[in-house]
Amino acid sequence: MSVLIDKSSKILIQGFTGKMGTFHAEEMIKYGSNVVGGVTPGKGGSKHLNLPVFNTVKEAVETTGASASILFVPPAFAADSAMEAADAGIKTCVAIVDGIPSHDMIRIKRYMRRYSRVQKMTLIGPNCAGVISPGKAMLGIMPGHIYKEGKVGIIGRSGTLGYEAAQQMKNLGIGVSTSVGIGGDPINGSSFKDILEKFEEDKETDAVLMIGEIGGPQEVAAGKFAKENMKKPVIAYIAGLTAPKGRVMGHAGAIVSAYGESAVEKVELLQECGVTISKNPSVMGETVKSVLEKK
Amino acid sequence: MDIHEYQAKKILAGFGVTVPRGGIVYSPENAENKARELGGSKWVVKAQIHSGARGKAGGIIVCNSELEVAQATDKLLGKKLVTNQTGPEGKIVNRVYIEEATDIKKELYLGLVFDRSSESIMVVASTEGGMSVEEISKQKPETIIRSKIEVAVGMQQFQAREIAFGLGIEPKLISRMAEAITGCYRAFSELDATMVEVNPLVISNQEQILALDCKMSFDNNALFRRNQISELRDKSQENASEVYASDRGLNYVSLDGNIGNIINGAGLAMASMDMIKLAGGEPANFLDVGGGATPEKIVKAFKLISMDKKVKVILVNIFAGINRCDWIAEGIVQALQKIEIKVPLVIRLAGTNVEKGNQILKESKINYIEANTLEDAANKAVKALGK
Repeated sequence: MSVLIDKSSKILIQGFTGKMGTFHAEEMIKYGSNVVGGVTPGKGGSKHLNLPVFNTVKEAVETTGASASILFVPPAFAADSAMEAADAGIKTCVAIVDGIPSHDMIRIKRYMRRYSRVQKMTLIGPNCAGVISPGKAMLGIMPGHIYKEGKVGIIGRSGTLGYEAAQQMKNLGIGVSTSVGIGGDPINGSSFKDILEKFEEDKETDAVLMIGEIGGPQEVAAGKFAKENMKKPVIAYIAGLTAPKGRVMGHAGAIVSAYGESAVEKVELLQECGVTISKNPSVMGETVKSVLEKK
Repeated sequence: MDIHEYQAKKILAGFGVTVPRGGIVYSPENAENKARELGGSKWVVKAQIHSGARGKAGGIIVCNSELEVAQATDKLLGKKLVTNQTGPEGKIVNRVYIEEATDIKKELYLGLVFDRSSESIMVVASTEGGMSVEEISKQKPETIIRSKIEVAVGMQQFQAREIAFGLGIEPKLISRMAEAITGCYRAFSELDATMVEVNPLVISNQEQILALDCKMSFDNNALFRRNQISELRDKSQENASEVYASDRGLNYVSLDGNIGNIINGAGLAMASMDMIKLAGGEPANFLDVGGGATPEKIVKAFKLISMDKKVKVILVNIFAGINRCDWIAEGIVQALQKIEIKVPLVIRLAGTNVEKGNQILKESKINYIEANTLEDAANKAVKALGK
């Protein structure tokens, strides 16, 4: 197993024929992901990269049996595309796009309340690098070669800081079961806690590394979940010790506006929950290693 | 994006919230005429800058004659106001708002923000208007009323009424207060706002309910569909380097230290700043050139950092994913051919084609210090500072 995607996951590309969609579809196929087609409204019936193009996600799912999708549509249309995927029965949808309005994200999440827990799509992102289960499948834009196959789950807001962690781990011989980028926006499809839940259930994951940052309540909520519900060890690094209060640090969600949202406060609150803290970003790999050795 | 008080009030008025009569002016003559036009015998002259706490900084002046209005305007225009929110550099006053004075009976606080835990809109109200919400929550936390509004259905009348009753308003004013609260909610939800704060919201001696001051911020990601809001942007209120950066697609925040940073990805940028701090240095800025950094972005980033006189060392940290280190290295070499950098330069490349990237840098004969890891880069940057 692994979480969210594996070798058999049939993948659709929404916004398939655009420049971004084309480039990343090719990269995903090269990595071994099972891309079965794509959706570009108005181009249905044609072929792109030797794969069928559909007008609607519903039609694409009916024809190909796809269960996962990835969005490469402009921010203005992203909410619509995500809801279309949810309605068509897609189970995992990754939104790479940066720049979706917060009000739209809320709209998507309210829309998805109509589905039962079993039927409900898992939305990952937006403003993220996507999901990779090394050696199995990639539903994202990360450089696949820096991830070694293994048994540590990664959840992070930032793309490149997640790469940094994966490389540090690889250099120490530690592999990854699945790495999930939940994105840097204030309102996202899945939270740290949502993904921790999946890793706790996954037989092929032994420990989880959370890479958080300043702003918002999610890291601490995940820490509380880990304390109350998890047997697997959780390691965390929180970026932004030097970030000034009240300023947005690149990610729309990276802004300290309440107690518990600064890096120092998050670290303290996570430690109280029994989460092992990586003291700085250059020892994320070593911290994971020491926790695995103690197990 | 932030807007001025007078702009926010105009928006609120459009949603049925009563605001005092007033007008914007750009000169003392203008101001005198505006006061005459408004009539009455008492006016408030208000400096328009993107900051609260203007009163304490001398940015709000009560006047009793048209002449005083002109004098107050003259005093404020062109002045840099330093408040506890602007930082020591302050913000320039280019516009002044002249408003009829209000006889205040009671001052209240009303704020609307996104609540990230419940992913809904949170209304915060208090009977202690005039103080900042931080002060209220420290000194009079028992007066704070919170109400979560479900975004899908919007604010219901009973919710607005509950807040109004919670504020202890007399029964005959309840429906008017509820209308004002609903108006603020609609402005928030219909215009993609991220914050609407009316402080104070007042009840006047004439029993009017008025928004006496208002701050609004909007979601930058939604400006593409809010043309009328984006037109309200006032770049003179923003840090010049940050405006330069945002116009060029760079994410930049100016800070107080002396180690300049060029990094790809917001998380990695924050992490690199943390490492600089741990190594004993202070970052001069946050700069994210984007996860998929391109050589063009690197050139722009060097240009931006070279404009910052505080910078004594530059640290470049790029983790190449889909882009490649050799490509980035070429961008760095190009940048250094165009822009003269007189301070030590530490470069750390990682990820795809890192060996090729480092080779290009070595062969280019540019003057730099090579670093291999995040820690190594931060240590070398701090060490270079001492030279």
